Amino acid sequence: MSSTSNPLLEAKGITKYFGTITALENVNLKVHAGECLGVVGDNGAGKSTLMKVLSGLYKPSAGSLFFQGKEEILESPRDSQNLGLEMVYQDLALAGNLPIGENIFLGREPTKNLGFLKLLDFNKIKELTNAHLDKLKINVKSADQKVEELSGGQRQAVAIARSTAFNAKVVIMDEPTAALAIKEVGKVLDLINSLKKTGVGVIVISHRMDDIFTVCDRVMALFQGTNFAEASLSNTSRDEVIGWIMGKK
Amino acid sequence: MEDKDKKIESLHLKLIPYFEKYGILLLLVLMILVMHILQPDVFLSWRNVTNVFKQISWQSMLALGVFMVIVTAGIDLSVGSIMMLSLMILAVVAKAGAPWFIVVLTPLIAGFLCGLFNGLGITLLRMPHPFIMTLGTLYIFRGAGNLISGGTPISGFTDEVRYLGHGRIDLQWLGLEKSQYLPVSLVLIAIVYIIFWIFLNKSKTGKWIYAIGGNPNAARASGINVNKILIIVYSLCGFLSGIGALILAGRTDSGYPNAGLQSELDAIAACIIGGASFFGGRGTVLGVFAGVMIMGILRNGLNLMDVSSFWQQVLIGSIIVLAVYIDVLRRDIGTRK
Repeated sequence: MSSTSNPLLEAKGITKYFGTITALENVNLKVHAGECLGVVGDNGAGKSTLMKVLSGLYKPSAGSLFFQGKEEILESPRDSQNLGLEMVYQDLALAGNLPIGENIFLGREPTKNLGFLKLLDFNKIKELTNAHLDKLKINVKSADQKVEELSGGQRQAVAIARSTAFNAKVVIMDEPTAALAIKEVGKVLDLINSLKKTGVGVIVISHRMDDIFTVCDRVMALFQGTNFAEASLSNTSRDEVIGWIMGKK
Repeated sequence: MEDKDKKIESLHLKLIPYFEKYGILLLLVLMILVMHILQPDVFLSWRNVTNVFKQISWQSMLALGVFMVIVTAGIDLSVGSIMMLSLMILAVVAKAGAPWFIVVLTPLIAGFLCGLFNGLGITLLRMPHPFIMTLGTLYIFRGAGNLISGGTPISGFTDEVRYLGHGRIDLQWLGLEKSQYLPVSLVLIAIVYIIFWIFLNKSKTGKWIYAIGGNPNAARASGINVNKILIIVYSLCGFLSGIGALILAGRTDSGYPNAGLQSELDAIAACIIGGASFFGGRGTVLGVFAGVMIMGILRNGLNLMDVSSFWQQVLIGSIIVLAVYIDVLRRDIGTRK
């Protein structure tokens, strides 16, 4: 909340080239504990690329990342997860053929030892999943339900549950409400607000001004791969932010 | 009224997974019944049943390997050639007079290395699809097998080398007759299938193999090293083909240029009949076993009835189409409407 304290996550001078294309050029970003930063920009402005850099999926061509004041080099999503930096992807990044619980713990499954064998602990997965879904007040029939059997809103909820199951410090959400029915949007925004209250830093990428103005404390705009404008929510308006997206100040 | 609907719905939801898991076994049991009715004296005799298992022994290894690859939404066309190359290396090493324990290890190592080669090619060379890499190695490995053997059969292995493919476990101590033995290859199939069932269903790596097939991006975003898992999968597939070579060496007592010709297609067919999906992420070890059995029983049964092998081809092809159609119908019932 206090912008004077050290940022939880800070990106400085991030530049990313894909061959001859410059997707990001010298982009800066920071987010504090308990704060929600909205990132806006038109298609191709570099939002998703920036988020993929922050999650360790892409390595930046130049620039550095600081987490809790310490410089970190992310080699893979596993590195960022280990720091407590979680990502909720726009395509949700869930395996439809696996049950809810196994998706939430994918890549970090609890195991039990059976002699020299390390086997998956399905009971523990189920137990932890139910407890976590209860905590977030997410309703599903059963943790054993396959994700492909869920509605869009339920999938989004599972994706958010997944990102917060391991003591996340920063959660990055790419268009968290884009695929949702209107009645489900409110639930997801509530979920974001309750995450902020627990001291998690949230970054929301969104096209929807409603989302930005409901949950964010600060908003920044990217335009053609560069920082274009930034303001705290109280010092700006929807029309101004929409102008930024189109490259007008 | 609503409660009743709910109950029926939840009963549906509960039954569908079982049907998805065990539906293919119904088909297998049905086939066994039909064959038994058509050939009551012969089909379920000890001799014939062990024969079926001996006949499917090496195919079951290739099918299991290809199955794992198909779960990742890949394909391995080279398993027949890997088996042939491993068999030829075994034959050459055996003829050179190496001790039996080294001869036995060679096809396993050779198969593993061939699979590793596939895996590295697919990931490091970033082949657009595993079809292309393994189509290439289908030719490369068979060519290499012919190069090292001179394209001629090499025969005559020691009993130790032939044990897995040809050995018999005597059951006379159970009061059975001498002809009622247990083929070692049957025991081997059981052991290998159980190990791989545990691996695919109970280990992290196994779960990740299914996750990659379900959504590779989700797996990557979860911090899973997708390329590493793919390399493991193709290597294991090659290793299983190597076991197939060892079994075949025991059964035929020779390495020959046509070994495993087109057997990659049989392996793929068994997986598809057994309910694996080409789109990845779907299928069970039990299903593959049922698929292999269905093909084996069909061939065996048709042979018993003196049906020409041309009709066998037509029937196996029809069963593939039918099995997948049943799968399509089944999924229609299972999906959200």
